[in-house]
Amino acid sequence: MKLNQLTLTDAIKGLKEKKFSLSEIYADINKVIAETKDLNIYLTINDKAKDQASKQSSLPLAGLPIAVKDNFLTKGLRTTASSKVLDKFIPPYESTVTQKIKEAGGVVVGKTNLDAWAHGSSTETSDYGRTLNPRNPNHLPGGSSGGSAAAVAADAALAAIGSETAGSIRQPAAWCGIVGLKPTYGRVSRRGVIAMASSTDSPGPMTKTVADAALLLNHISGHDPYDATSSPKNVPDFTQALNKSVQNLKVGYIYHDVGIDTNIVNIFEKQLKKLEEVGVKVEKAAAFDPHHAIGVYTIIQRAEVSSNLNRYDGIRYGHDRSYFGDEAKKRIMLGTFALSKGYADKYYLLAQKVRTLFKQDFKKLFQKYDLLISLTSPGFAKKVGASKGQAAFGELEDMLLEPSSIVGLPGINLPVYRDPETNLYLGANIVANYWDEETMIKLADAWEKELKI
Amino acid sequence: MKKSKYKLICGLEIHVELATNSKMFCGCKNDPFEALEPNCYTCPTCLGMPGALPVPNRRAIEWTVKLGLVTNSKVNLFSKFDRKHYNYPDLPKGYQISQYDLPFCYQGKITTSEGDVTITRIHLEEDTGKLLHKTINGQKVSLVDFNRSGVPLVEIVSEPEITSAKQAAEYGRKLRQLVRYLGFSQANMERGEMRLEANISLSLNGSLPNYKVEVKNINSFRYLEQAIEYEIKRQAKLLDQGITPKQETRGWDHIKGETFPQRSKETAEDYRYFPDPDIPPIVLTEDQVKAWKKELPTLPDIVAKRWQERFDLPESVINQLLTTNDKVAKLNRFFGKAQKAGLNVKKVAHAIVNKKFDLDYQMPCSKIIAKWQEEMATEVVDNQVIDTLVKDLVQTHPEEVKRYQAGEKRLLGFFLGQLRPKLPPKADMRLVKETLEDLLQS
Repeated sequence: MKLNQLTLTDAIKGLKEKKFSLSEIYADINKVIAETKDLNIYLTINDKAKDQASKQSSLPLAGLPIAVKDNFLTKGLRTTASSKVLDKFIPPYESTVTQKIKEAGGVVVGKTNLDAWAHGSSTETSDYGRTLNPRNPNHLPGGSSGGSAAAVAADAALAAIGSETAGSIRQPAAWCGIVGLKPTYGRVSRRGVIAMASSTDSPGPMTKTVADAALLLNHISGHDPYDATSSPKNVPDFTQALNKSVQNLKVGYIYHDVGIDTNIVNIFEKQLKKLEEVGVKVEKAAAFDPHHAIGVYTIIQRAEVSSNLNRYDGIRYGHDRSYFGDEAKKRIMLGTFALSKGYADKYYLLAQKVRTLFKQDFKKLFQKYDLLISLTSPGFAKKVGASKGQAAFGELEDMLLEPSSIVGLPGINLPVYRDPETNLYLGANIVANYWDEETMIKLADAWEKELKI
Repeated sequence: MKKSKYKLICGLEIHVELATNSKMFCGCKNDPFEALEPNCYTCPTCLGMPGALPVPNRRAIEWTVKLGLVTNSKVNLFSKFDRKHYNYPDLPKGYQISQYDLPFCYQGKITTSEGDVTITRIHLEEDTGKLLHKTINGQKVSLVDFNRSGVPLVEIVSEPEITSAKQAAEYGRKLRQLVRYLGFSQANMERGEMRLEANISLSLNGSLPNYKVEVKNINSFRYLEQAIEYEIKRQAKLLDQGITPKQETRGWDHIKGETFPQRSKETAEDYRYFPDPDIPPIVLTEDQVKAWKKELPTLPDIVAKRWQERFDLPESVINQLLTTNDKVAKLNRFFGKAQKAGLNVKKVAHAIVNKKFDLDYQMPCSKIIAKWQEEMATEVVDNQVIDTLVKDLVQTHPEEVKRYQAGEKRLLGFFLGQLRPKLPPKADMRLVKETLEDLLQS
């Protein structure tokens, strides 16, 4: 086994036991990064990673290499959000998440590709070209955190950080066959994350295992005095939820009747059965139609995007508005329209009202169930070029994730099936109540160990 | 001036920068005017950098609500910040964080001698940066200084109930007195710490007309009065010709004493307001507001009335003494004690205002009283010295005295000139002149 294939947890353990050295790990990582160049995973490589690592080795994350989505500001290291508008932007300050990773002993090994400004679910809108799915390069990695998902799937980092606004962690995790955890909105600070839709942006871990996700979440969570929307709630030790019994957990299986390909549904339901074998009570549950979330999300997200991108006026950051790609332009126009006088009531306010309906629906569901489960994506990773000409590509791919995203609930993607022919994966989306990431981690961990994908 | 057939319809929008230690949404120092160089008080948040987030300043919110309380405004217990979008180089985020439909305070009033003026709303927002137009290496350039970016700014909007230019100025002065008194702002207009905008239109029957002219760049109450008077004349002339004045923004040229067109405002601007998702709604409790109310000092109007009744102080003196609430509280204590000690408070107050008596606000009242008595004693001595000097002078210049008495009044200057070098250093020249004239006449 090459050392770059280690999980974060095993690497920390192995280093402690002196089974291998940090420089051996970096040698393997750098080799894979070079070999997978064609996949276009990284936009910027941190040349100083190895030097920084040696100084971090005594800390909990032991100097291990972590890939970070390129919409997290890294002081002194170029940050573009995959847009040419920020082509030469060297941030003067550090995002709270990367700061915390550094303080915990992690090293930012490189900045990963994403859909420009995180607008998309394919990485095909990136101004630096699409990323290819390491499991099968004829296919897309999903997005917007496609580069981070690919980095983990290709073993080009031990773990990664992504950000989700509505599906951007879980969907690429599902397509690349890795674990992706979107925490409760406010659990992890947004400071230094180039804003997409501020009311739903949530940074989170993308890892090889549930245990790694729990570990990484421990280090990036917590109140940030620089983010008024970050929660002052205490952060539990999420790794305590690992290796626990899931007997009698009540799970509601939602979105089983929304028109997904029956072959896919059948595979998924077969895997669900395995949960029942370990004592979980799974029951089909009726939820508010996720199609409504598309409209809500489209309005709110476009509105916030048009506002958040208004600062890139060409006076600072080098390039002017002509450098915006088509996707950003479309979203700016739609958002501007939705917020215009006379239309705001019709669209933005209405969307907020429907958002409240979703909240109420989830509240009811969580009175009955500990967790909710659905497919993460309605199918396997799509072929390269699939997003072309599909204005609502992401919205359809992320439909099953948007309801929980727009209300700020936590969710995790767990790979539950690998197609032996295509080497592509299907993922399950497990959603927990607010601030209850622990129960979600508990179930995902138990299921992961049962399935052994 | 002959009485116009038109009624003035005027409302004021007044911006006041709050003198909090830090800025509205970040920890940067709030002191743009004293900054030693441009952009020295800046951070990712007030520069609008990608990923930087606003965290509201508690003190600024407290002061805004308190300003509402002292103007009898209602307080929104549930309030929020909204984004107001427009593009200008001094606005780094492409939007200003302001308040749209739920301002902290609403429906207040300020009492003037010509009646009450309703305050529509008081809301909190952030100030912009400042453009500096310079020529560098022969090239004209515009530079941006963000020291002022994110400074807390309170906007007080009145109903169009102001009926005269004088009343507008009085309303503004009262408001300035309040914010200074409470220590919320120096409200120095030359520094832009207080900014006035007047919405002016005329109506035959007092109903709201279908146009309004906004006058900006007014940086004194005198100019405010002049600008309103000017607009009354300008608009009346147009209306007399059957022309509706154009809906526009005009500036004030204080040199020419005229307003001038700046920007046509025929269509309403669309700022695309929506709640700022970076800032959770601000929820205040009744108890919090009550506690803030309790902390408020006795208001200037009440102090003024007390001083007028107890010490017979004239309005002009009172207005000059009503500065900040801690100074006023000290004065109040001192006046009470001074009266008990048998001092003439009115005389003391005049001496303070005319800078004849240097009042140290840090000094205990008893010491101030002692200092006053001492200075009064030297004044008595001084008066005796003056008397003697004047008598000597008159006796030694009989010739000039005769000429003066014959009508050559300009000789008074000669006498004063002779006296001046001999007088005590702090001698009251008015008293010297009076003594001299009395003696010359007799």
